[in-house]
Amino acid sequence: MNNMIVSVNPHIYAKDTTQTIMRDVLIALFPAVIASIVFFGVRALLVEVVCVAVAMGCEWAFEKITNKPVTVTDLSAAVTGLILALNLPASIPLWQAMFGSFVAIIVVKQFFGGIGQNFANPAITARVIMLVAFSGAMTNWLPAAFSNAPADAVTAATPLAIIASGEGELPSLLQMFIGARGGSLGETSCLALLLGGLYLIYRRVITWHTPAAFIGTVLVLTALLGQQPLYQVMAGGLFIGAFFMATDYTTSPPTHAGKLIFGVGCGLITVLIRVWGNYPEGVSFSILLMNILNPYICDWTRTKPFGGVQA
Amino acid sequence: MFSGKLHGIHAPHRKNTVDRVPVRLPVPPVITVPMSMNIGAPAKPVVKPGDEVKVGQMIAEAGGFMSAPIYSGVSGKVKRLDEIVSSNGRFDTVVVIETDGQQTVWEGVKPPVVTDKDSFVEAVRQCGCVGLGGAGFPTSVKLNVDPDRVHAIIINGAECEPYITSDTRTMIDSADDVIYGAQLLQKYYTADRIVIGIEDNKPQCVKIMEEAGKGVPGFEVAALPALYPQGGEKVLIYNTTGEIVPEGKLPIDVGAIVINCTTLAVIAKYIKTGMPLVEKVVTVDGSAIANPQNVIVPVGTPIQNVLDFAGLKCEPKKVLYGGPMMGTSVPSLEAPVMKNTNAILAFDAKDAEDPVPSACIRCGRCVAHCPFNLMPAAIESAYNNKEPETLKALKVNLCMECGCCSFSCPARRPLVQVNKLAKAMLNQYNAEQKAAAEKKAAKEKEKEAV
Repeated sequence: MNNMIVSVNPHIYAKDTTQTIMRDVLIALFPAVIASIVFFGVRALLVEVVCVAVAMGCEWAFEKITNKPVTVTDLSAAVTGLILALNLPASIPLWQAMFGSFVAIIVVKQFFGGIGQNFANPAITARVIMLVAFSGAMTNWLPAAFSNAPADAVTAATPLAIIASGEGELPSLLQMFIGARGGSLGETSCLALLLGGLYLIYRRVITWHTPAAFIGTVLVLTALLGQQPLYQVMAGGLFIGAFFMATDYTTSPPTHAGKLIFGVGCGLITVLIRVWGNYPEGVSFSILLMNILNPYICDWTRTKPFGGVQA
Repeated sequence: MFSGKLHGIHAPHRKNTVDRVPVRLPVPPVITVPMSMNIGAPAKPVVKPGDEVKVGQMIAEAGGFMSAPIYSGVSGKVKRLDEIVSSNGRFDTVVVIETDGQQTVWEGVKPPVVTDKDSFVEAVRQCGCVGLGGAGFPTSVKLNVDPDRVHAIIINGAECEPYITSDTRTMIDSADDVIYGAQLLQKYYTADRIVIGIEDNKPQCVKIMEEAGKGVPGFEVAALPALYPQGGEKVLIYNTTGEIVPEGKLPIDVGAIVINCTTLAVIAKYIKTGMPLVEKVVTVDGSAIANPQNVIVPVGTPIQNVLDFAGLKCEPKKVLYGGPMMGTSVPSLEAPVMKNTNAILAFDAKDAEDPVPSACIRCGRCVAHCPFNLMPAAIESAYNNKEPETLKALKVNLCMECGCCSFSCPARRPLVQVNKLAKAMLNQYNAEQKAAAEKKAAKEKEKEAV
């Protein structure tokens, strides 16, 4: 009996693995994918497929070249690719979408050591880089189906741009909720994102703290500032940001207190940018900035050990 | 200060053997009794090869204050004294006894005279009792305290590990012994409360204990949520009394004594009959076992005999002392059942396989599930970076190795293993710091003298 396995406890494990968690995120994004196709057509699906494929391909290639274990099957690259795609306009040139996926996986994720090591959310960082590099294409919004845009319109303003400029007709609250408005292809449908977010909370992939603090802060602050809070909450990338990007494990705090601070910080920066900044939208910037503060939040919110005595 | 609920995990219960009344294992041909079955000093053999021994006869005396004597669970002849490598990797002396199958009881087995607390503690010492929940802490040492300091006696019937039902069977089959033990404790320590903590996945035990304990003053049953590690000592104290045992202190420092229900039953039985701790009810289960059940086994019985009795479906690839959360895997089936063995679990190749770790994704589940609010992922990186000061600040020394962090880790990081190593690193660092400080002090003294 010399071939018995001897190992340290425990000897049983919970069912969840990195792969099942990432699979849950993909499932949770499915309603948003459907919504993107409904409102922006098959072109949306094309962008999504391209981003996911390039993200997974880049991860595989980088790990092959650097002789690291290939982690494509953990699906984290697929999640990054899909989230990036959902943050792009449906009209984005495909080569730019490919470039974005490349930046997200190679520059932001792999250069910093791969999964769990990146300091900022790869999809958001790539989006911000694209916003700077391709500012025209990145803000060229197609009119959504079932929206108020005239049938012959080629482009449409986002609700935040309408609010910021004071020109144009805002969509109804119902249109805002289901997603019939101009915007990135996956950010418009609050309904789809809410379904996905609730699924993640139900599956305990995320907790309510970050999204509640993020959305709540935006709601309260814009209400205080008289900035049409319901529109502010449903417009822009707030829902996808709060449920899917600010909750990224690697770049947000692990404790509940930390998550609340992180969410409030994101909400605060978002409102500051939207109300006083040059950009009409600030969700991506806010999460990116809070990503940078994350190590400090983690240090402030270290847990208090049970029975621990301060030396 | 800490308030609120302690975290934990919803481990699978798998209490397949709860209805299996323990059956006696046929006397094995040979038993191998290890001398290190408790925390503290190993026992010292008092028999030599060729000696005849009987059931209940002492074969080893306590090796010091922090130790416990050992008695034979079989009748037969001492074959030899041997050195083995035990499951914790240390050398240990074993007394090998060839059995005669008669199970003749030793003439000297008679009830001890117990009149006061001191004679009670002495009886507990003589009975060879150690913490049977698994820790193996000599019970007499735990009970050797000033009765005035004891406010709550907590009987541990939580049995929160998956599979194991031996404590459950104690509460069902030996309820009278548990209650008699509780009465004795109440008599000599007069605590305000005497609480038996039972996880609420064992409603029959809750009912039986409520019924049986009616006459005992201050006795109550606490039905606790089945949230592993409910039976952890500090967890149980907090959940039954609200007291937090501070770092470096003992339960008695917050007025509590925690005693496992089977330990208590063994003490009660010894005081009634004079038969010391010589056999154990052991749950035999796991995916390699054909017929999971509870078996009464003399201490020292090789695991092989126990597994053969319950039947093996396949060759076991991993065999554990104790439950799957905190159990120790044994390297060989010759390893004996010990005093603190409450289960033998044998797993097939599929269940035995060690998971392949992948990179930490910082999901925070290890933090969210740690009952003591530690941060295992941070401990792991501090250990890898060799930062003992950080380990100190992260309080790795508080870790009880319950396994919740590793269990819940989706990347399958070996967090418990790292915590064990980190504790050793911190201990070494503390010792070095202390030695350096002493050296410095001595030098300064020398200087002053000059």
